[in-house]
Amino acid sequence: MLLIPCPYCGPRPELEFSYAGEANIARPADPASLTDEAWAAFLYQRTNPRGLHAERWRHTHGCGRFFNARRDTVSDLFQSSWKPGEPPP
Amino acid sequence: MQRFSAFALARNALSGHTAWQRQWRSPEPAKEYDAVIIGGGGHGLATAYHLAHDHGMRSIAVLEKSWIGGGNTGRNTTIIRSNYLFNASSSLYDHAVKLWEGLSQKLNYNVMFSQRGVMMLAHNVHDEQVFKRHVHANRLNGVDNEWLTAAQAKEFCPPLRIDSGMRYPVIGAALQRRAGTARHDAVAWGYARAADSLGVHIVENCAVTGIVRDTTGAVEAVETTRGRIATRKLGVVAAGNTSVLMAMAGVRMPLESFPLQALVSEPVKPVFPCVVMSNTIHAYISQSDKGELVIGAGTDAYISYSQRGALHVSTHTLEAICELFPQFRRMRMLRNWGGIVDVTPDRSPIIAKTPVPGLYVNCGWGTGGFKATPGSGHLFAWTIAKDEPHRINAPFTLERFRDGFLIDEAAAAAVSH
Repeated sequence: MLLIPCPYCGPRPELEFSYAGEANIARPADPASLTDEAWAAFLYQRTNPRGLHAERWRHTHGCGRFFNARRDTVSDLFQSSWKPGEPPP
Repeated sequence: MQRFSAFALARNALSGHTAWQRQWRSPEPAKEYDAVIIGGGGHGLATAYHLAHDHGMRSIAVLEKSWIGGGNTGRNTTIIRSNYLFNASSSLYDHAVKLWEGLSQKLNYNVMFSQRGVMMLAHNVHDEQVFKRHVHANRLNGVDNEWLTAAQAKEFCPPLRIDSGMRYPVIGAALQRRAGTARHDAVAWGYARAADSLGVHIVENCAVTGIVRDTTGAVEAVETTRGRIATRKLGVVAAGNTSVLMAMAGVRMPLESFPLQALVSEPVKPVFPCVVMSNTIHAYISQSDKGELVIGAGTDAYISYSQRGALHVSTHTLEAICELFPQFRRMRMLRNWGGIVDVTPDRSPIIAKTPVPGLYVNCGWGTGGFKATPGSGHLFAWTIAKDEPHRINAPFTLERFRDGFLIDEAAAAAVSH
């Protein structure tokens, strides 16, 4: 089980959290103007890296808030976490 | 190739079993091949075998970064079934089951395919409706599947608990009798041996580090830890590592890689006659011919390449197993491990050409690729050799995500991952 650093509450066990996928995928402002390729890329294509991954988590059974984190997908160790809207450390 | 038979066994017994040949060679990679397959798992080896056997290609290499069958082929729960809902899926998976049925003879290698039946338990009205819909859809597609009452389910699998005191009582089950299990290692070894005898080079300990494209954008070569290898046809069959390899060719994939766990108990005498799966309480279990109970747990919530899963995920499954089969409560678990599965948004695989000429991809099998091994190899070899998909894998393109023709197969994971 992972120990996840919530930027609001500190390190807590994984069971308190929900994973919310890759970070920094902004919903297009005007979906109707997109090509099918661009819309499919927004919906479905993911970086899925072997190494550092910027991702979102939600502290569902804690403060309830979303935040961003960077984790190594090979070792599963968290490198950092930060609040939404803040620049990554 | 030295053929296996009762006679060969007796003859080799006379020399103390010291005269058996190696089952496949270990060649140095050549400078160039007509086709290169990245990934020496069951699917990749089957692809190479079919390229050589069906399409007459001889200059083929399979590149494997560690040892063959050491990834998901050696890490799955060996369940084979084809009771999928949609026409495209049931046609794909039943194609594989039909090939499984003659595979040991075809490869001259005992893959221990055992059609012991796969039973999926229903615990509530929703399950019952969904499974009956599957039963009817399957039968319209010529795929066997039948509905059992709880008592009939218990008769088919005596260890099953069906009393009403359970938190999630069993109210019935869907049974596919042609489904079953096979020996996963034997599948990799059998395909490797058969492909090798047709001239395929199986190159282990050879990781691909780059994909080289020419000025038109077509595939020209691969860079590997054992040197550059030129080829005009490159097939990527790398399961969880597909996104990483495709990125080397500049292709972004609709895939995410998750660790999926399995575990085995200490070996015991035959106690469990079939495969039982429960979607609702998340458990699946069978007994291997060695006697171990083989249990599949869920995926972790987050993407990872770590090849291990969290303990709370396997604990959750073991609680469900103990509820369904109280006699196993005192069994000890021997080993658990994880494999990295590549999951598509619609839970259906991709066996297709890519936007890059000469680059083909076979991926997205998610949590259930082992069952498709022979069919996947056959269809992918067809796609590579003819540069167009076979009728059966034609719907399983990359473009379906752009065009909205998803094959939204909730049954792909018989348990909800």
